[in-house]
Amino acid sequence: MADVLLQTFALRKEFGGLVAVDDVDFTVPQGSIVSLIGPNGAGKTTFFNMLTGVYKPTAGRIFFAGDELTGRPPHVYTHRGIGRTFQNIRLFQNMTALENVLVGMHTRLRGNLIEAIMRTPRVRQEEKEARARARELLEYSGLRRKEGEFGRNLSYGDQRRLEVARALATQPKLVLLDEPTAGMNPQETVEFTDFVGRLRSERNLTVLLIEHDMRVVMGVSDRVTVLDYGEKIAEGTPQEIQKNERVIEAYLGTAAVSAS
Amino acid sequence: MRRRLAARVSGAWWTVLGVAGLDRQRWQGFSPLLRRSVKAVLWVVIGLLLIKFFGVWNNTAFALAAVVLLLVVPPYQRVVIRGFRVGKWIIPAAVLAIAVAYPYYNGSMPQLPIFTTFPMMSTMVGMGVFTMMALGLNFVVGYAGLLDLGYVAFYAMGSYAAGWFASSQFSAQNLRLGAIGVTPGLTGFHFSIWLVLIMAGVATAVIGVLIGLPTLRLRGDYLAIVTLGFGEIMPQIATNGDNLFGTGFNLTNGTGGISPIDPPGFGNWIGHHLHLPANYLTLGTNADRAFYWTVLALVLLTIFCSARLRESRLGRAWIAIREDETAAAAMGIPLMRTKTWAYATGAFFGGVAGAYYASYIGAAFPDSFNFNISVIILVMVILGGMGNIWGVIFGACFIEYLNLEGLPNVGSWLNGHFGPGGSDIQIWHKVLDVPLYEYGIFGVILVVVMLVRPEGLIPSQRRAAEFHEGVHDEPLYDVTA
Repeated sequence: MADVLLQTFALRKEFGGLVAVDDVDFTVPQGSIVSLIGPNGAGKTTFFNMLTGVYKPTAGRIFFAGDELTGRPPHVYTHRGIGRTFQNIRLFQNMTALENVLVGMHTRLRGNLIEAIMRTPRVRQEEKEARARARELLEYSGLRRKEGEFGRNLSYGDQRRLEVARALATQPKLVLLDEPTAGMNPQETVEFTDFVGRLRSERNLTVLLIEHDMRVVMGVSDRVTVLDYGEKIAEGTPQEIQKNERVIEAYLGTAAVSAS
Repeated sequence: MRRRLAARVSGAWWTVLGVAGLDRQRWQGFSPLLRRSVKAVLWVVIGLLLIKFFGVWNNTAFALAAVVLLLVVPPYQRVVIRGFRVGKWIIPAAVLAIAVAYPYYNGSMPQLPIFTTFPMMSTMVGMGVFTMMALGLNFVVGYAGLLDLGYVAFYAMGSYAAGWFASSQFSAQNLRLGAIGVTPGLTGFHFSIWLVLIMAGVATAVIGVLIGLPTLRLRGDYLAIVTLGFGEIMPQIATNGDNLFGTGFNLTNGTGGISPIDPPGFGNWIGHHLHLPANYLTLGTNADRAFYWTVLALVLLTIFCSARLRESRLGRAWIAIREDETAAAAMGIPLMRTKTWAYATGAFFGGVAGAYYASYIGAAFPDSFNFNISVIILVMVILGGMGNIWGVIFGACFIEYLNLEGLPNVGSWLNGHFGPGGSDIQIWHKVLDVPLYEYGIFGVILVVVMLVRPEGLIPSQRRAAEFHEGVHDEPLYDVTA
């Protein structure tokens, strides 16, 4: 495996007495697609929220591309190159698709208050380029004709696509996708699996995925990590995970294994 | 309940029109231009009839009607000259011209029903100042979605800044800066008003940042409560600032306030060479015109900044924070810094407005900065339509007009018709003091608007259409020479 992009050491989150994430050591190699699976309430999303700075870990450390980011605010994580989507879609509902993507570019643009009021040539140029890039991203995510639609007026699948486009707009090195195929029909799921693969091959991205759909997980991941009750119970290639006794017991169940 | 009522009203409406052979489908089939003209003519006729029978008629009413029709009906948006979309500037330019010329035709306007006269020049100045403050608060509440119940603190700060730098408050010092038209020999700081406006804006923005740093970490209700606290602290400092921290230093002159504050002006030199007033008060009865045009320029500046920022990286970040703070942070927006910018920008315009108002009335008194002002400015923003510049302007002008002139007018109209010795029917026997019920009336207006139109009278139409420009919108006529 190539260099390590993201690494956590004994990452831990407690809510009162509840241990949501229990001392998880975790690595995401550069250029890989890693899936995080586990039963509901296993702490996957909590883990994600720590990896993006939304939650501050109770203990443990987070390293990204060689720098420690533990305890920094979320925008620092985004600035360094972690883009994310949310499990329950969190678009800016009253902004258009294009504006949503432009907000994602915030950390890559530089125009400040005074420049915005003066509309200096530099800002003008920057805005123009940003809009062009945003349109390109919308097209890439399959939202070519939707740029003027409000977030709230988009169909469910389009909202998911827009979330990904918005995450890509932050120019990430690593994309965190939180249950991206939830609520998609089988056809859309297949398309999406392909899309995740293309993120790596065409955009040179590393992907970390929370997913319940085993066809997606097994189809696209290099490595799979399994959480249960906040603990990492297994880690390995999809084939290894499918055979792992503890995983089958805690999450996959015997039926799922024979089905795939 | 609101829906059902609205549906019933519109149902009845279409039934009546259906008898005349015009049902909804045919109406929808008309061209937008025709529909707009019919609606506009209908409203104008209703307006004229109201003025005719309940107001005081004069022939300028026809001119007024013509101007309204000319502004509303033609599709200016689609005028393109040599590839430039001049269309979108036609209405703003016309409105601006009408506003600038207001002092000249103000006296010959017809009297409206109930509200009677059009606003006087002094009222227009007040409306301008409060429009500016409402637009300033709109940065905080409308754009960034931070509920600020203490905006009056910025108003007070601006007013006192004008008091410190353009009056004889610090009479031990003696410093003049820039062009001022005050009597020679006065002690204290006397800076040019234009400099004072900028200084007041910057000083207030700094105060905004200082208040913002500890408070903006809070969300929602907690933020509102803390800003409420700061809104109370500032006037308290003003009231007790005549002996600051027991040192005997007189910062604010306590309950006496700072008075007189220098009026605006261009100073003797510019006044002499460019024929601009050295000092607005030398204009006598025309002074209010100069005050009005100045505040108009300040309001335009505020509108300009609002519009530019709205379409910028920072403006998008504010709206993103309003929409979803967590998602905004995850998209790389630094929450604290961005919110503080919103606060500072809002404070800046509040400070400039406060300084200008202090210079206009020539004084800053601590008891004019109470909590009510914060609420009124907030009501202006909410009533007009949070986040929409035109809505906020409308809300501010309407509320401040009612506050200064409208309610007394309404009162005298009501008393004249229904009060003791009224010209119509005498319903009550003691003179009704309508302005006394000011806050009750504002409260009722707010409740009604929130029930009927919670998004405000002129809500921000998020600009879906703009992104489709050129697709549906063929130019009506393209003049190419």
